[in-house]
Amino acid sequence: MRNLYAIYRKEMRHYFVSPVAYVCIGLFLLISAFFFNFFLAAVIQQSFQMEMQSMQYGMPPQFDVPGQVMRAFLGLLSTLILFITPFLTMGVFAEERKRGTMELLMTSPISEIQIVLGKFFASLSLFALMLLPTASYVVYMYLHSDPIPPWRMLFAGYAGILLLGGSLLALGTFISSLTENQLIAAVLTFVAFLFLWVLDLGHTSEGGLGSVLQYLSASRHYDEFARGIIDTSGLIYYFSFMLLFVFLTVRSIDSMRWRRA
Amino acid sequence: MIEVQDLTKAYGGVTAVDHVSFSVNKGEILGFLGPNGAGKTTTMRILTGYMPATSGTAKIAGFDVFGDSMEVRRHIGYLPEAPPVYPDMTVEDYLDFVARIKNVPSDKRAARVTDAIRKTNLEDRRAQLIKRLSRGYKQRVGIAQALVHDPDVIILDEPTVGLDPKQIIEVRNLIKGLAGDHTIILSTHILPEVSMTCDRVVIINKGKIAAVDTPQNLTSQLKGGQKIRVEVEAPEKALRDALTQVPGTTRVEAEQLPGGAHLVAIVETAQGADIRSAIAAKIVQNGWPLFELRGVSLSLEDIFLELTTDDAAHAQESAS
Repeated sequence: MRNLYAIYRKEMRHYFVSPVAYVCIGLFLLISAFFFNFFLAAVIQQSFQMEMQSMQYGMPPQFDVPGQVMRAFLGLLSTLILFITPFLTMGVFAEERKRGTMELLMTSPISEIQIVLGKFFASLSLFALMLLPTASYVVYMYLHSDPIPPWRMLFAGYAGILLLGGSLLALGTFISSLTENQLIAAVLTFVAFLFLWVLDLGHTSEGGLGSVLQYLSASRHYDEFARGIIDTSGLIYYFSFMLLFVFLTVRSIDSMRWRRA
Repeated sequence: MIEVQDLTKAYGGVTAVDHVSFSVNKGEILGFLGPNGAGKTTTMRILTGYMPATSGTAKIAGFDVFGDSMEVRRHIGYLPEAPPVYPDMTVEDYLDFVARIKNVPSDKRAARVTDAIRKTNLEDRRAQLIKRLSRGYKQRVGIAQALVHDPDVIILDEPTVGLDPKQIIEVRNLIKGLAGDHTIILSTHILPEVSMTCDRVVIINKGKIAAVDTPQNLTSQLKGGQKIRVEVEAPEKALRDALTQVPGTTRVEAEQLPGGAHLVAIVETAQGADIRSAIAAKIVQNGWPLFELRGVSLSLEDIFLELTTDDAAHAQESAS
């Protein structure tokens, strides 16, 4: 545990002395703030139109502005992290290997699992830190809504995005352990993410394969969370996804001992 | 402290380390000498648990480097060929990090870091980012890293490479100062380094051990006899013939010194024979002016070259 914390601490520090963290967080907040504003304006305008229509037909307006904004916003966040997480994980092991510091870690009394988990939790923390300010936009909207929409929506949505992000980070960490080149790691990670994203396009095909692909798609489960539903199958999916790639990373690092020439 | 038995490492058809056996006593400095690619780094990496051996065993402080890797890693400090530093950290933060992952108890950490900084003369650089340090300082940080947890065994892979002459002397003195409390293995391809710092030398070539001895024994072994250097003014052919006639001579080489009429002849003699007076007499007898006559003891360099360029049979013979 102490070893794990030592690695975690080093990684966090590394993120914040290099420009990576600042550039990623800055860019992320800038884009997400812009789009939140845009969605809010668009949905409110739409709600006015709906209200006008409903007045014409004499029906009581039923338009869930915060819910609409929330869903659009969470959809955007999930797309954004697709582009940003590869940059958070690209150097995790690639840089360590290139610098030769892997030799220090691997000859210290510290296990591969501790190294991998320390690094994984650090990237997850940075990710959470990046995400946190965006929640304030949503909270602000909540507090100015009448009635205040269920907080469950917010929690489920952010739980979903954390789980999705964690899964992508675990995958990115694994890919980073395969190469010494950060750029290759980033590109491969991005390609792998895209692949996971479009897996559920297979849902058009009927039957067994279609539903399997649908289950495997990372975005499918996220949609459930974005609608405010904490779905057990989604939880299991994301947790096993993270576990699998953390495990594969440990194996990959361990195998370096044997492959090295 | 360190026991290595029949250690072999083969990757893809190449045997980098071939049945290497040696042992190091507590407090001793062992030099690992060999040309680049001889298997020094590979042997060290096996000892540190960085990579497994193909066959054979190695024990450090009684623990098997493969079976008990974690325990071994607690007992060693290791400086790889390139200092494993994080450029974005300060010297102090970096050493603190290393102390943490080497399981130094938190109440002793600050003291250990300060101690390592003091021993490597990094006091005035402790708050500087490692990427701003010169090569010599980085190397020192690498050494500080290897001793921050006060390990029993310190393994240094070419610790003086890339340093300037003054720094080299400092590092050598530092290493000598560490012996006694620590058992040290260092590798180098620089010969004076081993004769100056090491208690014992393992000469390794193409993965095989060519010789294990003290530097003094290796130099005084004078394999193949003694060499005598003669500087004289004489016709080359006549000198060669005259010297060959001296009893006990095994080989004569003569060559013209640049920019002068002087000839320098190197006379090799059979073991045990001192023929200096006989040579002098011969030269005087011919009436040639003699400028210099002295015995040349084989330097470690000569032994090294002989051991590492000769055929394996010769190397084997000298090792036994």
